[in-house]
Amino acid sequence: MVELLKDEDRVFQNLYGFKDWGLDSARDRGAWLGTSAILAQGRDWIIDQVKSSGLRGRGGAGFPTGLKWSFMPKEVGNRPHYLVVNADESEPGSCKDRDILRHEPHLLIEGCLVAAYAMQAHACYIYVRGEYIQERNRLDEAIKQAYAAGLVGKNACGTGWDFDIYMHHGAGAYICGEETALLESLEGKKGQPRLKPPFPAGAGLYGCPTTVNNVESISVVPTILRRGVDWWTQFGRENNKGTKVFSISGHVNNPCNIEEALSIPMRTLLETYAGGVRGGWDNLKCVIPGGSSVPLLPKEICDTVLMDFDALRENQSGLGTAAVIVMDKSTDVIKAIARLSYFYKHESCGQCTPCREGTGWMWRVMERMVRGEADTSEIDMLLSVSKQVEGHTICALGDAAAWPIQGLIRHFRHEIEDRIDNYRANKPVFVQAAE
Amino acid sequence: MSKFRKINIDGTEYEVPGEYTLMQACEEAAGAEIPRFCYHERLSVAGNCRMCLVEWVGAPKPQASCALTVNDLRPNRDGTPANIRTNSETVKKAREGVMEFLLINHPLDCPICDQGGECDLQDQAMAYGRDSARFDENKRAVDDKNMGPLVNTIMNRCIQCTRCVRFITEVAGVEEIGLASRGEDAEITTYLEQSLSSELSGNVIDLCPVGALTSKPYAFNARPWELESVESVDLMDAVGSNIRIDSRAGAVLRIMPVINDSINEEWITDKARFNWDGLSRQRLDRPYIRENGKLRVAEWDEALSLAAEKLSGDPRKIAAIVGDLCDAESMKALKDLMISLDVKNIDCRQDGMTIGSDYRESYLFNSTINGIEDSDAILIIGSNPRLEASLVNTRIRKSWLAGKTTIALVGEFCDLTYDFEHLGTKPSDVLKVSKGRSGFSKTFKEAKRPSIIIGTGILNRKDTDKILNYINILGSKSNLITAQWNGYNILHTAASRVAGLDMKFLPGDGGLGTKQIIEYSKSGHIETLFLLGADELEMSSLESTFVIYQGSHGDSGAHVADIILPGASYAEKNGIYVNLEGRVQIGMPAVNPKGQAKEDWSIIRALSGHLRKVLPYDNLDALRSKLFQDHPSFSGIGYIDKPANSNNLDVLPQKVIKALEDVPFVNPICDFYMTNPILRASNVMAECSSIADSLDMTEAAE
Amino acid sequence: MSARRLSISQPSSFELSDSANKEINKWIKKYPKDRIRSALIPALWIIQKDAGGWLPELALRKIGDMLDMAYIRVYEVATFYTMFNLKPVGVNYVQMCGTTPCWLRGSDELKVLLNRKIGEQNTLSNDGKFSWLEVECLGSCSNAPMVQISNSAGDHYYEDLTAESLENILDELVAGKQPQQGPKNGRFSSEPLGGAIALNKDLSFKINILNKLPNAEKDTRVNYYEWDPKAKRATRRGWVDPKRKANSDPKKRSGNLGRDLTAGLVDEAPDIARPKRSSNTKSKKAGK
Repeated sequence: MVELLKDEDRVFQNLYGFKDWGLDSARDRGAWLGTSAILAQGRDWIIDQVKSSGLRGRGGAGFPTGLKWSFMPKEVGNRPHYLVVNADESEPGSCKDRDILRHEPHLLIEGCLVAAYAMQAHACYIYVRGEYIQERNRLDEAIKQAYAAGLVGKNACGTGWDFDIYMHHGAGAYICGEETALLESLEGKKGQPRLKPPFPAGAGLYGCPTTVNNVESISVVPTILRRGVDWWTQFGRENNKGTKVFSISGHVNNPCNIEEALSIPMRTLLETYAGGVRGGWDNLKCVIPGGSSVPLLPKEICDTVLMDFDALRENQSGLGTAAVIVMDKSTDVIKAIARLSYFYKHESCGQCTPCREGTGWMWRVMERMVRGEADTSEIDMLLSVSKQVEGHTICALGDAAAWPIQGLIRHFRHEIEDRIDNYRANKPVFVQAAE
Repeated sequence: MSKFRKINIDGTEYEVPGEYTLMQACEEAAGAEIPRFCYHERLSVAGNCRMCLVEWVGAPKPQASCALTVNDLRPNRDGTPANIRTNSETVKKAREGVMEFLLINHPLDCPICDQGGECDLQDQAMAYGRDSARFDENKRAVDDKNMGPLVNTIMNRCIQCTRCVRFITEVAGVEEIGLASRGEDAEITTYLEQSLSSELSGNVIDLCPVGALTSKPYAFNARPWELESVESVDLMDAVGSNIRIDSRAGAVLRIMPVINDSINEEWITDKARFNWDGLSRQRLDRPYIRENGKLRVAEWDEALSLAAEKLSGDPRKIAAIVGDLCDAESMKALKDLMISLDVKNIDCRQDGMTIGSDYRESYLFNSTINGIEDSDAILIIGSNPRLEASLVNTRIRKSWLAGKTTIALVGEFCDLTYDFEHLGTKPSDVLKVSKGRSGFSKTFKEAKRPSIIIGTGILNRKDTDKILNYINILGSKSNLITAQWNGYNILHTAASRVAGLDMKFLPGDGGLGTKQIIEYSKSGHIETLFLLGADELEMSSLESTFVIYQGSHGDSGAHVADIILPGASYAEKNGIYVNLEGRVQIGMPAVNPKGQAKEDWSIIRALSGHLRKVLPYDNLDALRSKLFQDHPSFSGIGYIDKPANSNNLDVLPQKVIKALEDVPFVNPICDFYMTNPILRASNVMAECSSIADSLDMTEAAE
Repeated sequence: MSARRLSISQPSSFELSDSANKEINKWIKKYPKDRIRSALIPALWIIQKDAGGWLPELALRKIGDMLDMAYIRVYEVATFYTMFNLKPVGVNYVQMCGTTPCWLRGSDELKVLLNRKIGEQNTLSNDGKFSWLEVECLGSCSNAPMVQISNSAGDHYYEDLTAESLENILDELVAGKQPQQGPKNGRFSSEPLGGAIALNKDLSFKINILNKLPNAEKDTRVNYYEWDPKAKRATRRGWVDPKRKANSDPKKRSGNLGRDLTAGLVDEAPDIARPKRSSNTKSKKAGK
């Protein structure tokens, strides 16, 4: 039996908001405890600790956070450094950052101070997605509290470090979750990703060295430093250390968010916290384990797969934002993926060719396949188009649009073929053209 | 200096500068061909078309070669230089894929597309595309947008490369085109489909790699392979942009820029590009003689005899003025003829400017057009370079964008497309700069290569000398003129002016200049006036004068003329021109002169025969030899004659005269689109002019 | 989504309210002086709220002038981001999430309901009070399906909906009432239905203890309260929220979203780690 994470080992003690989000209550839960002592240890110590904690970015790509921080220039030149927090949580299936923003904003603000200090940034912008209006108001309130308490602002926490933190928000564009698109948006432009290189650590916000981190990555840092790398690394497998907030949605009995240790078996996660799959485990059809961008996994893999970066990658999927979307046997999985294709077509920024043209094409073919109004040879064509998009775009949205379709064809090709056959059996083929 | 880096391209090792992009390295070092749509070497890198993908062996994805520099590459694990493949299977597939995506929503309307035959998309689809289509859905339809009278839009064809957006924003300096909406609905548009206001808007037509933005006046006129092209020089301003004139069956159908990095880079102004419909309107195609107040058609002999008769009178009562579009040869011939007649009342400065008798440096744009980019402080006096020399203005903007210069203006306030300090509008404000110790005065005096751009509007004033004195004082307190640098810049607007001054087409000893010639004509002291394409004069003063007008267009000069000698326009003749920086260039004829019109020098040569003062040249070559012999600065075609003596640089009078009047400067050009007879004959330019007027009106109203 | 365009019918004048103007200027101050166009998106949002939920053309120009930007740049941004409405919307503007996680939990039913109650999407209802739009993921997936309803009272998420509960919400709105936001099936937030399996105890006594940073290189004192603005220095006591002082009984502390959720929870050792005024040494506290 898998050992579950104990309550006291959860970073986000107020994930559900049962307690007050405010400063006092947050302090009760340990936030802002010893922050000045952490800063007093110096930048190198902080970055070293984060590195050795093995913390990997919680925003989807899983890039080691400490390593990312170390890319910032060692000395501040004539351009100021910036910390930007990516709270543009828009990945379908993912709703973890929202809980942090509305229920644990002080962990985030404290994390911002620690991270900004480590990379010598005096200013931090938190980019909250536009739709999170309540959440950003909450964050603004929390920032005000932190200013009033002298925790941020001039001489933050009495450490002599001046630190300003600002809330910024978007206005409805999934692509702004991509770090360079986010920076463009923060500069008041369309959220079109930039070419890399230069990477943000070299030229980011306003052309200055910038690090962009996910809300969760930043929020867990103070706790890791307070409780120690040893505490953190007891959770999860090698290279997949720590705890993670999972968002469980779809066909489970009790959808929920839950912080658990990485490498927890998917089945345990779903059955312990989400009340299991609707109609029992055997009624499971497939799971998208990491938010809409990653390929789905059929039940056979879900039976045993562990929820961490490496295990899911070995199964040709990914942990992404750890947003688990469960589909039971009643699901029209082709339609479910077609809806995602529409999402990517809707959210493509239109900047580069393969994504602008490919997402629309793939969606239209998918829509026909939902009805079965296609040719079996088009399955391979769709796959080839998806490969033509994947890896050829400026940012990863092209990949994200391609992967769900590739996952679908990989595991449910027979279902598409059946549907096409059924359609043909029931209807004359020439109707196809009249759309 | 740049550091060289090793790179392996398609199996061969090369050494290239580290800041080279992969595209440059592949093309320049290895000679590999890299297809592209969005990349343009004079615009910022967008990297959005994804056509230029190359393989970096070991990297998980193909890389956009326009954006990645050689410095960005890491060597292989074993230390050997990074391997780039431009012809591997991965690259081929990537290109095919991108090509397919570009084509799925591109209409198949090549047969009715003006870009057909010179379309990047067509060409690259041939070279890099698949042989068949797999796209079974409906194609996207995009609404066409209005962009004004010059740029035609068929937005279905747009591939969203954003070259036009980047050009208008970066080079033209007016943020008027944008990519609105997103995803597959992204569309190029101006704000609420307003007309483009830039004087360089036509360049987006050249930049557009497909047929989305095409030339409205040229629409459906011709196919590129039907056209004959010659290279020539643009005369609509004094910059001397290099152009290509495309014609078919004796008609000029379009004008396009030719790359010249020293002058126009690869842009031309809208009036250079779209004046061609003016070449076939209002033309003087036969000689005319005025009889009983009305012009009647005449024969050449008759007209020339009458002209000779009128010119053989008292030389003190004869005068000649040349206009703004004349070639050097005809001016030389006219000057030689006037000297042989002992006529001293000649002038090439129809705007009445008073400089030019001095050293060459006193009337040139001495920093040169390229050199203005190196100037670290620019003071503009009495000029709006955006209208007077748009392509000089783009250079200043380029330098400003790069943060290399500071700019200030004394004169009428105008939108120059860059930030400047407005120091005032009067001559005394120039003096303030030289007296000042802070702000721009300080910047200017401390600058290593300061320059002053002097508009022609201040050169025909009563107090011109005083103003030049003020400038001189400022010059003496700064590095304006050093052994290595000369920032004293006259911004001419007339294409023929520098050539005229170079050959000293100026009043002889005791002769009259333009202003006096006009005055004396009015009072009857000048009886016969020869106008060689001069149309910008106060013609009402010439009613009692016998005017011989030689030129190409029936403009104001022809209206008062008693004899009209039909000449050739710039598209119809050989000609040497000198631009504002003193660069000598040659123009070639694209078509024949209209009707009975002739090349201008030959008319004057014929006239000299009727006067029995036969000019000593029978053909153009002989005339040019004489020109080069008398004025050696003309002989270096393509070059600027450098001053032999650095003392020449002290071009200005040193005496300080106190200001008596303080009248604000007035810029010489108020209507960009209407500055010469050809432009005034053009319907397209008339439309542009009226749109510009209406824009001015709305601005004034606000 | 088709290409986004400005509305055909536009008001003849547009005045920015003082409060919106003030608000925008507050935003402008968040960014470096030469980067004020960063405030564009928040400013457009404020103006949209000010103008009744959508952006008239004059508003775009107004904001362009305020931020010293070319109008086309404002237009680009306004058409790029889908939260900017370029056409008038209903007094109550319903955005229904239709992306897969919500679709799996029955957003189609909501769609049918909205079509029935309001009419075709993106068009005003007959009384002009409603309009609705199917939007992409609103980030509340574990509370799917859900809608966001924007009106003069603000922008609120209504989660864990059924056709029935959404109909109730719409009816309440028609009746001029402002329905309570949040999940509609008895959940508080993102915890599982029927009560949290984790985090249902107060553990502050266990985690709110720190003597010394683990792995610390330098021996640095850990202060419980760091910066006291009254004392202008770090003090052991530091700042205490006056509200909190007044409400030191944890059971009376107000919970989130206006609901007291701490009621019923066991506060095993309230304030145990909070340093007392009299406590002197760190070790003492830690000892507890």
